[in-house]
Amino acid sequence: MPLELDISHLHYSQVNKILRDYIEKGEREFILRGVNGHRYLFAGISAEIKAQLYGTPGLDLGAFMRGPEIRVFGNVQDGAGNTMDEGKIVVHGMAGDVVGYAMRGGKIHIYGDVGYRVGIHMKAYMDKVPVIIIGGKAGDFLGEYMAGGIIILLGMHSIYPERPLAGLFLGTGMHGGTIYVRGKVKESYLGLGLKPYALDGEDEKILEKHLKEYCDDFGLDLSEILKEDFIKIIPYTHRPYGKLYAY
Amino acid sequence: MGTPQFASFYPDFYIERLWEKCIKCRRCVKECSYGAHIWDEKKKTLLEDHTKCVGCHRCEAMCPTKAIIIRRHPSEFREHALWTPWFIKNIYKQADQGGVLLTSTGCALPFKNYFDHLVLDACQVTNPPIDPLREPMELRTYIGPKPEALEIEEVNGKFRLKKKLPPLIKLEVPIMFAAMSYGAISLHVHQGLARAARDLGTLYNTGEGGLHASLYEYGSNTIVQCASGRFGLHVDYLKAGVAIEIKIGQGAKPGIGGHLPGEKVTEEISKTRMIPVGSDALSPAPHHDIYSIEDLRGLIYALKEATEYKKLVFVKIAAVHNVAAIASGIVRAGADAVVIDGLKGGTGAAPTMFRDYIGIPIELAISAVDKRLREEGIRHRTSIIASGGIRSSADVVKAIALGADAVYIGTAALIAVGCTMCQRCYTGKCPWGIATNNPELIKRLPPEVAYEKIYNLVKAWAHEIKEMLGAMGINSIESLKGNRDKLRAVGLTKEEMEILEVKHAGE
Repeated sequence: MPLELDISHLHYSQVNKILRDYIEKGEREFILRGVNGHRYLFAGISAEIKAQLYGTPGLDLGAFMRGPEIRVFGNVQDGAGNTMDEGKIVVHGMAGDVVGYAMRGGKIHIYGDVGYRVGIHMKAYMDKVPVIIIGGKAGDFLGEYMAGGIIILLGMHSIYPERPLAGLFLGTGMHGGTIYVRGKVKESYLGLGLKPYALDGEDEKILEKHLKEYCDDFGLDLSEILKEDFIKIIPYTHRPYGKLYAY
Repeated sequence: MGTPQFASFYPDFYIERLWEKCIKCRRCVKECSYGAHIWDEKKKTLLEDHTKCVGCHRCEAMCPTKAIIIRRHPSEFREHALWTPWFIKNIYKQADQGGVLLTSTGCALPFKNYFDHLVLDACQVTNPPIDPLREPMELRTYIGPKPEALEIEEVNGKFRLKKKLPPLIKLEVPIMFAAMSYGAISLHVHQGLARAARDLGTLYNTGEGGLHASLYEYGSNTIVQCASGRFGLHVDYLKAGVAIEIKIGQGAKPGIGGHLPGEKVTEEISKTRMIPVGSDALSPAPHHDIYSIEDLRGLIYALKEATEYKKLVFVKIAAVHNVAAIASGIVRAGADAVVIDGLKGGTGAAPTMFRDYIGIPIELAISAVDKRLREEGIRHRTSIIASGGIRSSADVVKAIALGADAVYIGTAALIAVGCTMCQRCYTGKCPWGIATNNPELIKRLPPEVAYEKIYNLVKAWAHEIKEMLGAMGINSIESLKGNRDKLRAVGLTKEEMEILEVKHAGE
C-alpha cells in the first residue's frame, strides 16, 4: 500500500524531510495530495521509489534526484528535472520553462506543452542517456547547448493551435544528442548551422522504443503517433567553437 | 607559396644558447612541449625555433649546464606610443587566423593596483605591539551567516546558547584556494591543494570539472562548484564537500562561460566530467535556470534542499560596475557567502579583451560591497570572500581590512608550484606540469611536491599575517575585518578614498 500524505499545509522542506524519513524506514511508494506550488519536491533524493502527485508541484521538481519515479496528475511549474541524474518524471499535463536543464540521465514524459529553454545542456555519458518526450509544443531554445541525450517533440496535445511546433533557436549550439520532431520545422527556426534530416532504421528503432513507453504512460496509441513522419536534428559538429580562437 | 603568416615573423622570445656551456645532451628538446628546441640529426646540433617559445623558462631551469637564457626577442619595431608591439602582433595574429584572441591568467595591464596604494598601521608608544611568537594570535575565521544577536540562557548554573547556530565553516587561516577545475589544472595539483587545505585547516575548490574519485576523502576541506555547464554534478558530488559554490561569473572573464577544448578532454577528465572523450566541454554564459535574483534564490534553495541544509551555499560573481547592488541581491537570495572575483582574477583560458578590460579592481569592490551590506543591515547574514590578484600576505591583510572575511588565492598557489606566468595555460601543454593533463607532462609535478610548496606558502603567509596583526596591536583576525582605520592611502584621489573608506596618510 502506498503511503498517502496530504501536504497542502506543509512547507516543502517539511515534505522532503518526511519523505526522507519514510524512505529511510523502507517506504517505497507514496501518494502526495494537495500539492500546491511546493518547490524542490524529491530534490537530491537518491532512492528507487515511486510517487504519485496530485496538484501542481512548484519549482525544480526532482532536481538532482537519482532514482525516484514521479507521476504528476496536474501541471508542473518551472525547472522540473533540473540536473536530474536518474529516475523518471511523468506529467499528465503541461510543464513550465527549463525542463530537464543539464539532465544527465533518466526520463521526463510530458503529456502537453512545455515552456522555454527545455532540455538545455542535456548530456550523455556511456550508458546514461537522458530522454525528454514532449506531447505538446515547445517554446524557444529547445535543446540549446545540448551535449547528449534525446528530445522527442510530438506537438500533438497542444492547447496552442496557433503556435509552431517548436519556438525559435531550436538546438542552438548543440554539440551532442538528437532532437526528433514529429512533422516539420521551418529551417529558419533552427539554430545556426543545423539542418533537419530524415530518419534512418536505427532512429526508428530508438523512437519506437521510447514512444512505446510514453504511450504506456498515458494510454495512447503508438500507431497514431507514428502516422506522421519525424525529422531529426543532430549537431553539425561536436566542436561548434573549435575554430573560434586565434592562438 | 601560401599566404604569409605575419605573426610568425616576429617571435616574442629569443632562445640564447651559450655554446661554450652546451653539452648537447638534448634535455632542452625533451623539456620543451612547444617544440622550440630541435635536434638536427644530420648536423648533430641543436636548433631553435624562436617563434614557438612561450617564455616559460622550463628549458633554462632544467639545462644541466645552465647553457640557455630566455630573453625578450631583441628585434624591435620603430617606437610608437600608441602602436606598441603588443597591439601590432595581436592584429597580425587575428589577420592570420580570424579568431578571438585567447590568453590565460589575470589582467595584464597596469591599471592602478590599489593594494599598492595602501599602507598599514603599527603601534608606537601609546599601545604596545604583540609578539605572535610569545602570545596567542588567532587567524581562525568562520564562514557563513551569523545570527543578529546571541540569546543566552542559564541552565543548571551553566550558560548556553538558546538557539543552535546555523552551520558555519571553520578556517584556521583566512586563505582558501580558488576554484580551478580538474581539466584546467592537473590532477596532481588538485591532490596537492586538497592535502594542503586539510593540513592548513582551510578549503580548496574543485572548480566546475567535477571531483576526481581520489579526492572524495578530502571532503571536509572541499568546496564543490556548480557552474552553468553542471559538469560531473550529481548528488554524491554535491554532498562531498562542506560548501557548494554557484559560479555565476569569474573576474578574468565576466559575462561569458567556459570552453574546455576537446583536446583537453582525456579519458580521466571524461570520467570526472561525465562527457565523451574529445568533445568540447561548453559552459553557457548564464545558468539557464537563473535569469534573476529570484531564480538565484531558486537554485540556492534547490541545492540546500538537495543536501538537507548541511552545506553552505556560496555565490561567486565577477566584480562589475554594480557589484554592491548585485551582492545585496545575492545575500537576500540566501547565499551564505558572496565570493567577489576582481579584475585581476586569473583563468586557464579567457579571451584577451575580457581578461584585460572587463570588471573592476577587487579592492574597490570589497569596500563597496562591505559598505552596502552594512548600510542595509545584512552584513552579518553572509561572508565576503575576495579574490583576484592577491599576491602576498599584505594583500590578504588589506583585503580583510577593507571588509573581506577571507580570500581565495589561485595564481599565487600555482606560482608556488612552479608557474612562471607565461600565460599559455589554454594550450594544455604546460611544460611545468601544472595546467595540463598530458600524462607525460603531469609527471613533472608530483602531488607531494605540489602539496609541500602550497603548504609552505600559506604557512609563511599565515605567520606574516600574525606578525602584521601583532604590530597593529590586534590579536585576532576578527578585529581586523573591515577595520579601515588600520589602512591609510598613499597617492589616491578623494573619490577613491571615499569608495575605500580610508583616510590619506598623514590624516
